[in-house]
Amino acid sequence: MSTSADQPSQATGSLVRPNVLEEVRPADIQRRKIIENERSFTWITQKVCGIVERRTPTWWWVAFAICAMIASFTAMGLIYLVSTGTGVWGLRNPTFWGWAIVNFVFWIGIGHAGTLISAILCLLKQKWRTSINRAAEAMTIFAVICAGIFPVFHVGRVWFAWWLFPLPNSNAIWPNFRSPLEWDVFAVSTYGTVSVLFWYMGMIPDLATIRDRVPMIFEQRMAEAKSTLQKGFERFYFTFRKFFYGILSMGWRGSNRHWSNYEMAYLLLAGLSTPLVLSVHTVVSFDFAVANLPGWHTTIFPPYFVAGAIFSGFGMVLTLMLPLRAIFGLQDLITQFHIDCMCKICLATGSMVGYAYGIEFFIAWYGANPYEGFAFVNRAFGPYAWAYWIMISCNVITPQFFWFRWARENLWLVWILSCFINVGMWFERFVITVTSLANDFLPSSWDYFSPTVVDIFTFFGTFGLFGVLFLLFIRFLPLLAFAEIKSVSRQADVHDHH
Amino acid sequence: MNKQYGYLALFETAPDIYHAAQSVREAGYKQWDVLTPFPVHGLDGAMGLRRSKVPVFTLVGGVIGFITGMLTAWYMGQFDYPLIVGGKPFFSPIFPFPIAYELTILLAAFGTLGGMFITNRLPMHYHPVMNYDKFRHLTDDKFAVVIEASDALFKETETREFLEGLNPAEIAVINEEDD
Repeated sequence: MSTSADQPSQATGSLVRPNVLEEVRPADIQRRKIIENERSFTWITQKVCGIVERRTPTWWWVAFAICAMIASFTAMGLIYLVSTGTGVWGLRNPTFWGWAIVNFVFWIGIGHAGTLISAILCLLKQKWRTSINRAAEAMTIFAVICAGIFPVFHVGRVWFAWWLFPLPNSNAIWPNFRSPLEWDVFAVSTYGTVSVLFWYMGMIPDLATIRDRVPMIFEQRMAEAKSTLQKGFERFYFTFRKFFYGILSMGWRGSNRHWSNYEMAYLLLAGLSTPLVLSVHTVVSFDFAVANLPGWHTTIFPPYFVAGAIFSGFGMVLTLMLPLRAIFGLQDLITQFHIDCMCKICLATGSMVGYAYGIEFFIAWYGANPYEGFAFVNRAFGPYAWAYWIMISCNVITPQFFWFRWARENLWLVWILSCFINVGMWFERFVITVTSLANDFLPSSWDYFSPTVVDIFTFFGTFGLFGVLFLLFIRFLPLLAFAEIKSVSRQADVHDHH
Repeated sequence: MNKQYGYLALFETAPDIYHAAQSVREAGYKQWDVLTPFPVHGLDGAMGLRRSKVPVFTLVGGVIGFITGMLTAWYMGQFDYPLIVGGKPFFSPIFPFPIAYELTILLAAFGTLGGMFITNRLPMHYHPVMNYDKFRHLTDDKFAVVIEASDALFKETETREFLEGLNPAEIAVINEEDD
């Protein structure tokens, strides 16, 4: 037996010819470059710092004015709401969760891509994240701010919104910890806070770079200034800049003993943010899933919501980053490779969302609960069918284009598709929230929910608020995490592997 | 009198600073540092740094957060003001779990950031190395080794010669205070 077993191996041994092995060896697949054109460290610093150091461009002022004007719509809507009551949001029996909750879930979901990029992709050692994480994290924070407005005002008497937190009050009662709505208070406020901490810590080295460049830029500006008034203004403005960046950078000096602790802290924050981001939309989905309402009471909600959140967030990242890349000429740092990666994540998460839509229908049929079955048939063919089919076409069909390279490389197309994703994900939340509430168990209590002008104003204005915050971020803080970009560039490799 | 803080040797590339750090470590210096504009992969090993202590702060923060979450729900729901809602128990470790979970992450994150500042002794808005006239490049594109005068092996001429042997772009004297 042993001889016959040895026989084939000996035979193969004599058959193997090294030159044949060499020929059939799979070719080394060239890793795609994270930085195009072999840009130097100085070039990267100059490029990113230049955005905050150059004079404010005219388009910035125009955009800022427009966004501020749009943001005033939220202010108007909220003032009217507070002075009148939540009825002005079109909320009446049986639909008490209207646009406010839809908008809340929409904005919170958008935030999730930022944390995915900064935390999950960091743990997965995806080096391409470094070019987009800073802007995506900023997007997260501003999206959470926009989201927070809605539940806070939805409580009606907004001056009592602090009762959401377990603080002693004159009624001597405490929040109900058995309610998912209370869990949400903790989840969202933790999410906002931890996102700010992570964002800020990541920015410290870059802020130090800008701090160290302040005297140089100041000299340039003083040389350019003609009148004494202009000189006086520059002196005043640069004193502000010196303190602003000086205080925020905490005296960072790039010591490697510091980097060692910093990198550990960064890794830990990434490790903490990963379960956090997954829990936030899980808890948001509990707001629905814990209720005994057909269409809401399903166990698929947590993963389905998380996938949808990441999908919508990447849609928003693409919507924001493609114009920024063109305006600031960042093509060497945010390359086609980055765009490909983002499109592919959209494709993956969008397909998961499509799968979830399908499985919801299957379970509604398979579960044989007539109310559940009706809820889904009603979604697709009932009074809100128009919203349902907008959702399906934007969320399921749109990302399928990203299978194709020609689609991913046509940036106008990518941008338009990303806008469709934003629209589709808003409609997803609308469909989930409104169809189940408007047509519940008893036909006698059914209603058709329509938003009011106050609803529309308040929601429309949040895009202005988001824009204002994002423009301020672009103007004053480093748009790309350039210290991290440098660390993944080829020149940073100490062993000189080229 | 302006005391000398130490010597600074400037390097242009990442491989240079890596090899320089190895040499300084092998020479036995203890009070020294490397300044880099970004975290250079492998430099911790070349410098012989020990594992960071930040995780201790994270753990402490996380444990405090979890206990706080559970205790809050128990105190408020079971002890201070028991209220029947939906026939559910006043306290159980299950339903406040999301609260405790989120507080674990929140306080662990604060612990991590605080731990980073404490272990790095930041904020420190003034440091002698900031007097170096090319300090701006150390957060941009250049690298430096700093050997402090307080090191037991530090000698004014020998240390300078040692640093010159590493082929730096330049060597500068760093003083405690700005001139």
